[in-house]
Amino acid sequence: MTEFTTWDILRNLLLATRWTLVLSLVSFVGGGLLGVLLLFLRIGRARIGRIFVKYYVELFQGTPLLMQLFLAFFGLGLFGIDVPPWLAAGTALILWTAAFLAEIWRGCVEAVVKGQWEASASLGMGYLQQMRWVILPQAFKIAIPPTVGFSVQVIKGTALTSIIGFVELSKAGTVVTNATFEPFTVYGFVALIYFAICWPLSKSSQMLERKLNVAHRNH
Amino acid sequence: MHYQFDFGWVADYYPVFLKGIWITLELTFVATVLGVLVGIACAWARTQGPAWLRPLPIAYIELIRNTPFIIQLFFIFFGLPGLGFSLSGMEAALLAMVVNLGAYSAEIVRAGIQATPRGQFEAGSSLGMNRLQVFRHVVLVPALQRIWPALSSQAIIVMLGSAVVSQIAAEDLTFAANYIQSRTFRAFEAYFISTAIYLLLAIALRYVLAGIGSLIFPRRAVR
Repeated sequence: MTEFTTWDILRNLLLATRWTLVLSLVSFVGGGLLGVLLLFLRIGRARIGRIFVKYYVELFQGTPLLMQLFLAFFGLGLFGIDVPPWLAAGTALILWTAAFLAEIWRGCVEAVVKGQWEASASLGMGYLQQMRWVILPQAFKIAIPPTVGFSVQVIKGTALTSIIGFVELSKAGTVVTNATFEPFTVYGFVALIYFAICWPLSKSSQMLERKLNVAHRNH
Repeated sequence: MHYQFDFGWVADYYPVFLKGIWITLELTFVATVLGVLVGIACAWARTQGPAWLRPLPIAYIELIRNTPFIIQLFFIFFGLPGLGFSLSGMEAALLAMVVNLGAYSAEIVRAGIQATPRGQFEAGSSLGMNRLQVFRHVVLVPALQRIWPALSSQAIIVMLGSAVVSQIAAEDLTFAANYIQSRTFRAFEAYFISTAIYLLLAIALRYVLAGIGSLIFPRRAVR
């Protein structure tokens, strides 16, 4: 029977935290890129694009992330490939993040007051020019606090990938618990590590919101 | 892709889904009611409570909102027995959901309370109400009316988030899907159906909550 010191526990958890951070980053960047694409479809002129994104968002916001992970895990397997957990985790999280970011950013575009559209139209600008020079720069500023805030949801979302077998902080918590039989200490540490990552992001989101003086909470 | 989809097993296993749906709805309902009560208490303590009490709800809210639900669940289910609190899967699931929703709804309720015009407090106390009466009659009810849509969304988020409680053997809808896929080896189909059920439940819950909202708050919000 091996004895585990507190430092052994903490060291192993911190090593696994790397994968939480990597997966969060991949999901956030990948989801952000896909989210931009969805955003342009959603606010664009093609009706079919708008409808597609509307249902896409509805689907990903109306079902549990855990189910999306299971479907990615077993669904990709239907194509006859051996699906490693990181692939299913990354795919599901990118699709999920994209849905939420597209919806958040749509709200920001729509928050730009209507007069701005009219003013830029009266200057003879076309749709693309209005977007490029008038609407998006203002929407971008509004979008920063809720986007930073949503990154917290992404980091917390990665915890679910432990269920399909991706080894990150939460999975490491389970593994270390099974070795040490000290769930109280281990999950306490796991919670504190998540808190140490997420809390500064939450706080900076709130600070940015106050600084940019935009009233867009709860997105 | 050479996979043959097979939904034939549904005829044998649909009662398992029904039981899972029932447990998921039961957990969601109880957790929403209790969680909003916790949220109201925290919002009161934070905005109207005595100064020494205020750091407590803030610490609770920040801690819960910045850690994943699954860790809160595991901490309660696996961690607390070490301190002498042993809970069944269902009890731990419910407790974790209440604690989680409590923190989120506290922030929502606080936003509603802070939108109350100052004159309303003064009008209330000029009628001879004490602080608790003002809070109960003047502040809380219009605040709840204002934040009803946000609370409804949060209740739906909690329902979707509750899929995780299957991991501690609470027999909810996800647990039903896990059980069925272990029996039929039809994992994709089982999760596909349960995902569709979750989507329908989320849509139905949105309509039901909007309906309840317009029933208990028949008049437009007082500004």
